[in-house]
Amino acid sequence: MQTTLLLDMAAEAAPDRLALGGLADGISFAELQARARGGAAWLAGQGGETVVFLGLNGPAMPAAVFAAGLLGKPFAPLNYRLTDADLNKLLARTAPSIAIVDDDMAGRLKPVPGVTVVSRSAFEAACLDPVNRAAELDFVDPDIAVLLFTSGTTGEPKAAILRHRNLTSYVISTVEFLASGEDEAALVSVPAYHIAGISAVLTGVYSGRRTVHLAAFTPEAWVEAAATEQVTHAMVVPTMLGRILDVLEARGERLPKLKALSYGGGRMPQPVIERAMRILRHVDFVNAYGLTETSSTIAVLGPEDHRQAIASSDEAVRRRIASVGRPLPSLEVEIRGPEGEVLPAGQSGEIYVRGEQVSGEYVHKKVIQDDGWFATNDGGWMDADGYLFVEGRLDDVIVRGGENISPGEIEDVLREHPQVADVAVLGLPDNDWGEKVAAAVVAKEGAPSAEELAAFVKAKLRSTKTPEVWEFREALPYNDTGKLLRRQLKAEMSGKQPAAA
Amino acid sequence: MDLKPGSRWKSAVCDTEVVVVRPPKTPVELECGGHPMVANAEAKPEGLTLSAEHSAGSGMGKRFADEASGLEVLCVKAGAGSLSIGGQPIGAKDAKKLPASD
Repeated sequence: MQTTLLLDMAAEAAPDRLALGGLADGISFAELQARARGGAAWLAGQGGETVVFLGLNGPAMPAAVFAAGLLGKPFAPLNYRLTDADLNKLLARTAPSIAIVDDDMAGRLKPVPGVTVVSRSAFEAACLDPVNRAAELDFVDPDIAVLLFTSGTTGEPKAAILRHRNLTSYVISTVEFLASGEDEAALVSVPAYHIAGISAVLTGVYSGRRTVHLAAFTPEAWVEAAATEQVTHAMVVPTMLGRILDVLEARGERLPKLKALSYGGGRMPQPVIERAMRILRHVDFVNAYGLTETSSTIAVLGPEDHRQAIASSDEAVRRRIASVGRPLPSLEVEIRGPEGEVLPAGQSGEIYVRGEQVSGEYVHKKVIQDDGWFATNDGGWMDADGYLFVEGRLDDVIVRGGENISPGEIEDVLREHPQVADVAVLGLPDNDWGEKVAAAVVAKEGAPSAEELAAFVKAKLRSTKTPEVWEFREALPYNDTGKLLRRQLKAEMSGKQPAAA
Repeated sequence: MDLKPGSRWKSAVCDTEVVVVRPPKTPVELECGGHPMVANAEAKPEGLTLSAEHSAGSGMGKRFADEASGLEVLCVKAGAGSLSIGGQPIGAKDAKKLPASD
């Protein structure tokens, strides 16, 4: 099954419903379908085996996703926030390709053999050209839908392969066709090169929900778009949510039309989600856990789970606010130990997942097992009721004197300290212990001392989990989709070796 | 009838079209409107009419699953006929109750 079929269904069943853009100037599902066809006919004449997209999010992006699908060519969105050198290196890896590039970004690219660059405005014009729209397209049976370069926070970006069958399986097993009300609109603020930016196109179309793209995220622009476009649904990454809440509080804005806010793409600090639930009492919160390699979401903590956890006096229920909820019914999740053995509830190990939406493949490298199980490289555990707790990337686990220490656990404790604004915990090389626990802290006014914070952690956790190295910083390094750049931080802190507590 | 995952089939007697989501464990003959469905690329046989017994209609976006064979299909084009295997109607799956997460 191919992704274009999802659009064809929406365009047939609800041709005049708004698909993309504003209430005043949005385009319908029939129009999106016509643009995708026009764009596909034009791209077919440009050569290239992959359709690269380098640009801000907006209506041209879904048109390009479906146009690439119609041609049977992978859609490969690139990260425009990379340095010019990294961007050009990545672009060269897509050859032979046709690259749709925002007009004001074209100047950053060097000529690369096998890559044809066309401007976004030329692609947009081609989508509207009646000759292109009327052109007959050859039937293709496409296979690879998307090539997504992973964020590369731990090295050279890998190109994850998502096949049409992975993505369509995800969509039809999680979304009910045309189940959205005509008044529903989703605000998409993650960029085109994030898996959630891709899956939002497909689930939005299949559910019949209007999608409003924010070209680039700022909390002010997000709040303004949510208010003026009467947005009912939105997905944010954790770093966005705190900043959005600041703007809402400062303006006294409560977004009465907003019904559901989902978050994912990183660990959500507990104080932030609790604050969000206090400020936006009318909103349903959803925590979604997923990876690029799994076509987006694999586990969901739903609105009722959130409310129960906050209201409960039972510690086992309360702590679920820090979980990612339960796996989707359409797939299987297991926690496995170092020998691959399946671990019982309550024990930490590596999270494995199996299901039709799971690709587990990179260009030149298949990492999924023959029996379909994919090792996520995330550590985690499940409680007795099947709620999944994610501890973070296994690469980030600190090994101190043979003991595995999860940075997330220590970070969670430190975030409860009233004078800690942000914190990252990581391992630094140590001659005696292999690694020692280090903390980088962004303090609020009236900065706490390292001794005070160390005592705070020690009172709640074991002394082996108490950071030995403390560094106070103005800010922590994040990439633009909210992922902490641990490797960069680690390199900076290893070089400096600041004062020990 | 090779009901491969992703293969597309059309009704011989109405507008219904389906895509196979999950193949059957053992070969089955999928019918719509009382007659075997036809591979999308092939011509429909002539002279057949919609059976009154199998005319409840197929709704676009509905998923139909046959427990006995494991076959699951998605209706991608609505039509007047309803689906059956060996004359036994196969039912629509319940709507999913998952919150939006993208």
